[in-house]
Amino acid sequence: MIAALLAEKLDGRGKIFLIFLALLALLVPICNLLVPAGSAFHIGTGTVVLLGKWLCYAMLAVALDLVWGYCGILSLGHGAFFALGGYAMGMYLMRQIGTRGVYGHPVLPDFMVFLNWTELPVAWWGFQNPVYAMFMVLAVPGALAFVFGWFAFRSRVTGVYLSIITQALTYALLLAFFRNDMGFGGNNGLTDFKDIFGFNVQSAGTRMALFLASVAGLVIAFLIARFMVTSTFGKVLVAIRDAESRTRFLGYRVERFKLLVFVVSAMMAGVAGALYVPQVGIINPSEFSPINSIEAVVWVAMGGRGTLVGAALGAGIVNALKTTFTTGALAPYWLFVLGALFVLVTVALPAGILGAAESLIKRMRGSGSPARKPAE
Amino acid sequence: MNHRHTTLRDRARAIAPGLASPALLALAILFLLTCFASLPARAQDYNAALDKFLSDSFPDTEAGIAGVQAVGDPRGVPVIEALLDRRLLVNQAAKAIVYRDRAGATFDARTGEPAAAPDSPTTVRLNNRLRGIAQAALGAMTLLSPDPTRRRQAAEAVFRSRDASALPAIDQALARETLPSVRDALRLARAAIVLTDDATPMADRIAAVDVVSASADRDRIGLLRQVMNRAPAELKPALEAGIAKIENVLKMREIAQTFWFGLSLGSVLLLAAIGLAITFGVMGVINMAHGEMVMIGAYVTFMVQETIRNSAPELFDYSLLISLPLAFFVAGAIGVAIERGIIRFLYGRPLETLLATFGVSLFLQQGVRTIFGPTNREVGAPGFMSGYFEFFGLQITYGRLWIVVFAIFVFAMLLLVLKGTSLGLHMRAVTQNRRMAASMGIRTGFVDAMTFGLGSGIAGIAGVALSQIDNVSPNLGQGYIIDSFMVVVFGGVGNLWGTLVAALSLGVANKLLEPFAGAVLGKILILVLLILFIQKRPRGLFALKGRAVEQ
Repeated sequence: MIAALLAEKLDGRGKIFLIFLALLALLVPICNLLVPAGSAFHIGTGTVVLLGKWLCYAMLAVALDLVWGYCGILSLGHGAFFALGGYAMGMYLMRQIGTRGVYGHPVLPDFMVFLNWTELPVAWWGFQNPVYAMFMVLAVPGALAFVFGWFAFRSRVTGVYLSIITQALTYALLLAFFRNDMGFGGNNGLTDFKDIFGFNVQSAGTRMALFLASVAGLVIAFLIARFMVTSTFGKVLVAIRDAESRTRFLGYRVERFKLLVFVVSAMMAGVAGALYVPQVGIINPSEFSPINSIEAVVWVAMGGRGTLVGAALGAGIVNALKTTFTTGALAPYWLFVLGALFVLVTVALPAGILGAAESLIKRMRGSGSPARKPAE
Repeated sequence: MNHRHTTLRDRARAIAPGLASPALLALAILFLLTCFASLPARAQDYNAALDKFLSDSFPDTEAGIAGVQAVGDPRGVPVIEALLDRRLLVNQAAKAIVYRDRAGATFDARTGEPAAAPDSPTTVRLNNRLRGIAQAALGAMTLLSPDPTRRRQAAEAVFRSRDASALPAIDQALARETLPSVRDALRLARAAIVLTDDATPMADRIAAVDVVSASADRDRIGLLRQVMNRAPAELKPALEAGIAKIENVLKMREIAQTFWFGLSLGSVLLLAAIGLAITFGVMGVINMAHGEMVMIGAYVTFMVQETIRNSAPELFDYSLLISLPLAFFVAGAIGVAIERGIIRFLYGRPLETLLATFGVSLFLQQGVRTIFGPTNREVGAPGFMSGYFEFFGLQITYGRLWIVVFAIFVFAMLLLVLKGTSLGLHMRAVTQNRRMAASMGIRTGFVDAMTFGLGSGIAGIAGVALSQIDNVSPNLGQGYIIDSFMVVVFGGVGNLWGTLVAALSLGVANKLLEPFAGAVLGKILILVLLILFIQKRPRGLFALKGRAVEQ
């Protein structure tokens, strides 16, 4: 029955995407754990972590595509939700350190002891409990998105205005988290994690588990998003994107649709951040910086917005480029490449790589139908 | 004959003409002797006073200080200074008194001439009491100095020491003083002495309170509070009134200071945002590369100054003036190139424009980083930008003042261009109704390019001004872009006056919040307030009225 439902909801590229992810989940553990280190097919733990990172980015991209590609809300502050989820996970991981910190304090993380604090701030209460921490991973970004969206969508802030205030939001959070008084580690953020759910964060097995969790997270996020956009709800979202006032005149409460999709997307971004933090081993305020959020927008635009699969693809491609360019002699040219990508994608590839590729395939098949619009 | 001797001799003659006989002058061999013998009684007193230092005993030293002060000879000033700094050397057997200046050269105390240090010299010692006496004496002696700055400094020193023994010297100086600023300082010093001295009659002390509270600063209020602690009951009401008066003035001044800082920050915001008010406000183009135009303007200033330093240093004071048109044209040309190359393909797609221009901003930043390096570049301030003046007790730096003036000037010029020239007319026509304007024969493409160029050029000009107050680095523009958008959105898109009001009020609000919330938290608060404001009035403070509904 589930298979039938999936078959109904997924289009061709969605199926290919899921098969690709399944292969990844199957082959990477084999190549990492079973294939001996000397073999040509061996994948090192470093690569596993890198792939895991990209999967988290892909999840963020899917979340962003859900609001931007289908509802026309260009959020330049999705990095904030990603970082908040990451901070919630980081706080759980900090509490797991216990007496193994430099100062050996049973309750307080090192940086609080260093600041001469004697009591755990209220915001940190309960984070030693994994269930509560995972709840907060969803709840904090969701609550922020709800409050922000409730105000913004009700007063009909749209288009670039919304984009700019989302950017201001993440900028304000960046400034706030840099402060030591906030109680989230200030400039240095949270790091030196030891255990996650009782397993050592550094061990190869845990890393593989986190990688698989990232694959699972991406699959679930993709399916949720796919179910949302193929339902009636999704049709209304697209209607809002294309003609907001007309949709309102038809009797839909536009702000409620926007709010729901925005909160879901923020939660997805939060989970992505929570999966990201134990793999990279650190979370600090720079994750809030506006450039991160804008980079995420470029992943989506590059892959093809309004396709979900394209967004994930774009995250993979851009980050692969970034890794190639920022390591080694090409490092000074990365920002040139990124800048050029922005311009190229918006001017020459409005439908993204996926859109361009699909229209090319169509033309080769000689169907003669005009090229697909940017977002179906 | 040395010049200094001539003056001394002339003075000796003027004071006691009878003693300087031509016969003595003729005896060249006995010149030195003559010189000393022929000096008037004053000079002898001076030497006698100096001799007291020879024994290096505290009572004699005290007498010496008093003597030197009583004579009031200008040669005594460096001697007492040297005494205070433990640079006064004596040798009792050789009757030598020399002082060493700060550089280490030695001079004869009696004549002020360079002289060799005596053999096995002893340093004249001081205790704390003597140190106080010497300082007061020095203060009293400099009160009569021919240099008004030194006189004022001396009066201020007396005000701080409140030494009753300086009172006669103050009165003497007050009788001779003609400069109002020095007179005020002397009067204040006198009032301080009178106030702290319990022996003076009550009426004088109450009058002194009025003198002290005539103007306001921390020292004056400190004096009154100090006196308050042990003042007799009759004096207390006057003191209380005086303290209240000063506190009031200080508070007003603080408020004025906050507003001035706010105004100055606001004018910086205005400069940064005003170009954006054209590209975003008038054209509706989200130009994320706006900050980089500002940065390019700052780098143009750097290059102009670099060229001037290397080839024509005398032009340095004009460097900013030279930079202004250059920055305008360089940034404007880049703006036109961006508009023709990228933005014109994206009209009507604001979100794509935002992304593309963001890409451009990354490109420009990295380009500047590659050419000029990632570190801060040194941009100097020309003469007219440095220094400050006092305005009702407020310290106003010329740099800030010029930036405020300049921001208003740029604003006025822009208003003039938009409202008074045919290009401005075309700009407004194209932005209001592109197709109608086109059918009237306006070359809309050309006008678009010019408008964008104008906005970018003004950002470049802003960069020249901002190079004076900010670090000139590739990241210069990033710091302004969010603030600039906030200003334009807050003021209302398409409304220059709104931009002006928004920039100034944001600047003032920022500075008002700072003392309560701290700089970072204040900024966050402002951002949050702005976000809430946009929710309430999505079209800004001065929204254009119209019936247009999107879609």
